[in-house]
Amino acid sequence: MAATFFGEVVKAPCRAGTEDEDEEEEGRRETPEDREVRRQLARKREVRLLRRQTKTSLEVSLLEKYPCSKFIIAIGNNAVAFLSSFVMNSGVWEEVGCAKLWNEWCRTTDAIHLSPAEAFCVFYHLKSNPSVFGSCPRKNMQITILTSRHVTDYKTSESTGSLPSPFLKALKTQNFKDPVCCSLLEQPNIVHDLPAAVLSYCQVWKIPAVLYLCYTDVMKLDLITVEAFKPILSSRTLKGLVKNIPQSTEILKKLMTTNEIQSNIYT
Amino acid sequence: MFVPCGESVPDLTGFTLLMPAVSVGNVGQLAIDLIISTLNMCKIGYFYTDCLVPMVGNNPYATAEANSTELSTNTEVYSLPSRKLVALQLRSLFIKYKSKPFCEKLLSWVRSSNFTRVIILSSSHSYHRNDLQLRSTPFRYLFTPSMQKSVQNKIKSLNWEEMEKSPCIPEINDSEFCIRIPGGGITKALYDESCSKEIQMAVLLKFVSEGDNIPDALGLVEYLNEWLQIIKPCSDDPTASTLRWKIPSSWRLLFGSGLPPALF
Repeated sequence: MAATFFGEVVKAPCRAGTEDEDEEEEGRRETPEDREVRRQLARKREVRLLRRQTKTSLEVSLLEKYPCSKFIIAIGNNAVAFLSSFVMNSGVWEEVGCAKLWNEWCRTTDAIHLSPAEAFCVFYHLKSNPSVFGSCPRKNMQITILTSRHVTDYKTSESTGSLPSPFLKALKTQNFKDPVCCSLLEQPNIVHDLPAAVLSYCQVWKIPAVLYLCYTDVMKLDLITVEAFKPILSSRTLKGLVKNIPQSTEILKKLMTTNEIQSNIYT
Repeated sequence: MFVPCGESVPDLTGFTLLMPAVSVGNVGQLAIDLIISTLNMCKIGYFYTDCLVPMVGNNPYATAEANSTELSTNTEVYSLPSRKLVALQLRSLFIKYKSKPFCEKLLSWVRSSNFTRVIILSSSHSYHRNDLQLRSTPFRYLFTPSMQKSVQNKIKSLNWEEMEKSPCIPEINDSEFCIRIPGGGITKALYDESCSKEIQMAVLLKFVSEGDNIPDALGLVEYLNEWLQIIKPCSDDPTASTLRWKIPSSWRLLFGSGLPPALF
């Protein structure tokens, strides 16, 4: 509880998230039918792997069909733009599937009716190089994750306003032995959500993985933010994959212009 | 499930498990941080579930450049074999509806690992105290019946206060009385389950308000130390207690980044 300056008593949110313990009491007031409905909804949650063009499900798991030694994940618009312009424009990448996920917080009733924009993830594999999504056994797989965060999330003893953003930071699992392309993320900074989930999985199951995190003050698609990922091009994973950097930069600029036009509210 | 850091699962038979409840002021979690940091406990594994919000960061107990690059996740297990202590640290919030499954998985692990006893460090909203509680010490304990039997004499000598029962439904005058721990997160659920499963469990909690809860955490570990004697007890000087517990390096910037000088 907290008292405001106007004399009202309000329920202040608890930092430890324990307002949810009311759910325990709710749980007791909940009827067996309510619990059953919730269980049924939870069972409907799914992550489907499909071939995008034909919309048929993949018969076996993606990594079984296309075992790979390098798995690169981009999360967020700037990371995806970097990967599309620099990595996927070098060499021929074939789309091998996509993932659609549905849970009870989606607005449609099930996964089949999900629009393409919702919860979408596409998998590509490099046709010319079998070691990227290739034929090496899973044991030797290395994972690279790219994402971005707002610079105000970064904790430092200076003010965040004085930081030279955008800048890159890295986190790696114990089994990742290659050099990283930027400084490591210092304590007390942390990462959460999907990148953290992937990295946690890799740390626990001893898979070499590295997360490159770009702190930026522009959250929409931005040329300078995307270019901040460039140091990664010298990493072992990406070195062999990126052929023509000037061409990639051109492609990136075109991507920006397309997006800019779309976001102009006056046209 | 427990996943060891090394190749094999260590034998934890007869160990005491210390763990926090994610509770008001995060006092239990801060206290466990102090214990792991002071005793220099070694990470032995992860308690890997989908019940807590994922989070990663570098070693929160780093003391030098060399040990600062070890990745840490949201639920890790540390041990000090010489004192037969194991600490489980929880670093994020429970996902909605996942706290009960977590309790089940945890207690199942407690039984399969053959821990002798479990000690939960927790906290409760200080504004829920009644008049008597306002006038007394802010620390409380709670033991399951099987724990009560084994530590009865020791606790008598410590002069500790047991957590009082309060009306189950506060708004109703003649409501039944039961143990309530508002703001305690999974504390009550774990306690109830342990009572019914005859697990030796102790809950040590402090009445707190949210804010800078470092002094509360120091108070709670001192309270625990009266019983377990984790570190050598010393004089009653309160400032001395701050020096005996090693503050982890990750406790920097708890209230955000530095301020822009132009503000002043």
